Amino acid sequence: MARYIIQRLGYMLMTLFLIASFSFFLMKLLPGSPLKMEEKLSDAQLEILYEKYGLNDPVPIQYLRYIGNLLQGDLGVSFQLSNQPVTDILLSRIPVSAHLGLQALIVGTIIGMLLGIVAAIRNNSWMDYSANIISVVGISIPSFIFAGLLQYYVGVKLGLLPIAFWGTFPQTIMPTIALAIFPLAISARFMRTELIEVMGSDYIVTARAKGVTKAAILFKHGLRNALIPLVTVLGPMAVSLMTGTLVIEQIFSIPGIGEQFVTSVMTDDFSIIMGTTLFFAFFFILVILIIDILYGIIDPRIRLAGGKE
Amino acid sequence: MDKEKLNKDLFVPANRKEDTSEEIRRPSLSYWQDAWIRLRKNKGAIFGIIVLFMIAVLSFAGPHINKYGLDDQDLGLSKMPPRVQGLENIDWLRLNGTKSADLTAATVEEAQEKALARFTQTDFEYITFDVKNEGNGQEDSARVIAYFYIYDAKAVDEYFWFGTDTLGRDLFTRVWYGTQISMLIAFIAAIIDMVIGVAYGGISAYYGGRVDNVMQRIIEILVGIPNLVIVILMIMILDPGIISIIIALTITGWVGMARIVRGQVLKLKNQEFVLASRTLGSSNTRILAKHLIPNTLGMIIINTMFTIPSAIFFEAFLSFIGLGLQPPEASLGTLINDGFKSLQINPHIMIFPAIVMSLIMIGFNILADGLRDALDPKMRE
Repeated sequence: MARYIIQRLGYMLMTLFLIASFSFFLMKLLPGSPLKMEEKLSDAQLEILYEKYGLNDPVPIQYLRYIGNLLQGDLGVSFQLSNQPVTDILLSRIPVSAHLGLQALIVGTIIGMLLGIVAAIRNNSWMDYSANIISVVGISIPSFIFAGLLQYYVGVKLGLLPIAFWGTFPQTIMPTIALAIFPLAISARFMRTELIEVMGSDYIVTARAKGVTKAAILFKHGLRNALIPLVTVLGPMAVSLMTGTLVIEQIFSIPGIGEQFVTSVMTDDFSIIMGTTLFFAFFFILVILIIDILYGIIDPRIRLAGGKE
Repeated sequence: MDKEKLNKDLFVPANRKEDTSEEIRRPSLSYWQDAWIRLRKNKGAIFGIIVLFMIAVLSFAGPHINKYGLDDQDLGLSKMPPRVQGLENIDWLRLNGTKSADLTAATVEEAQEKALARFTQTDFEYITFDVKNEGNGQEDSARVIAYFYIYDAKAVDEYFWFGTDTLGRDLFTRVWYGTQISMLIAFIAAIIDMVIGVAYGGISAYYGGRVDNVMQRIIEILVGIPNLVIVILMIMILDPGIISIIIALTITGWVGMARIVRGQVLKLKNQEFVLASRTLGSSNTRILAKHLIPNTLGMIIINTMFTIPSAIFFEAFLSFIGLGLQPPEASLGTLINDGFKSLQINPHIMIFPAIVMSLIMIGFNILADGLRDALDPKMRE
């Protein structure tokens, strides 16, 4: 196990290094420059600025300097936000996104699991069918369409909830719902399939024959075993949360990391772009690692060592 | 003895009959026939096929059904609400070419004055009101819903089925044209993913050993890269356009397919029929192309069917954050993005492309689910 985790951490570092280099060279190929977005600067002024940020050095030197700074945890400074260090910007924005993401994840999985349980124990009833329809619709329709419709109908037409910004609890409701749809749908579907399968297995019949109450069968025997494979959907959920933050923070003007990333893409602010890219990659790799380790803990039949199938 | 009285003629040789108890009474079905039978029983999948078929037909026919071109601008006719012949008399559908506004003020009269300003009119000739609350003189106590007959006001006798956008272009034409582009991008990206993924996974699993080891290490590194971020970075470098979106989508998109194909080929390659073929002198290429790949075709199709909606989603997503196609090109994503900017006053500009896109996504997803149930051998009874 320890050896496996170390091996995986090695791959993680390699992937991160690769992404750091890849994003660096891509940003060097960028046609625009963040300095040209500001008010018109004369060539001489541009020259001074390029010199100041070391952008006149040969690319390999810049690359080595970037990697060197990276190893010391320095991600450079932003060009748009008056020389603020990228690390500070990221640290101020990550909590907002984490709050939104966790809230959506918790709301989504809990409601989704309840929906899946209901659908499984009332298999082939109208409840099952409606739960099915909800999960197909939730998986299919992109979160930004949901967010747009919510904002228009609930926020503008009915005026029930604030349509933008972040801070008070009511402001978090609509973005949370929009972001929670996918986790809700996918966990409902998964819960249903797994629970139906588990409830048909022999040990459930045994428990019933022994006279265990229905509730105890469902919660103690059924649910516990059906929860295990739910780990598999963590990956798609993480991806959907990442994609979701990019658009939903944009739609609801939430000062999170996704909104910052999109703004920086628009202004060619490459130091923030590289920093955010690394952060997203780190988050993603971490989720994959956690999923793989959880697999091994939950189901010992999956051999971890050696990584062979 | 009585026996001897029996006439020999009574004895007739029995008809030789073949034993029928083991006869196969039903025609033997190939894998694909069997899958088709199971797919047909799946109502959801059939619904998906019908929806996708209709959308496909409309996306090709749609831009030519009416007389408006993709890029026919008429700023005088911008943001016209939808109006459809025959459906314009059904009130709740709201396809009668009116704009509505929900207005509140101290009194009904003030609210009605607000309607004039909202619709930039000087008199009430083309505006009708539905008074929801008379109000009592306090602020925002009176509420009226104003309906503005913009087609009559502009004396337009045309029918824009989905309305027009901010530049006065017919949305019906643009939505179906955009559907074509979105589907084109998704299909090409899915096919490229499939080709690279199958080749990579197949080679990696079949040759095994050191080749497999190296190829798998590469995959393990690539898997950690979040698709989305790389797609965005690639788009920033490339000129925005259909080809660059396809390149960006496929650059890491094939990894999933490669892993699935590798798993399948690993399972198959030591089975007897492969050994038999090899004993008969088949070349590696032949074994891969004739035996291993066809036997993984089911999984390949299922995976491709899931790739298509996710490619459509990514394209729309890129367009939504402003990295998609540039005008006058249109895709469902750019149309939704345009509509989003004026959602509050002219919701129709976003709602029609959003509905079409949602239908496509739902269609592909339930069809893919149905195909998985039909093609996955584990589901066979």
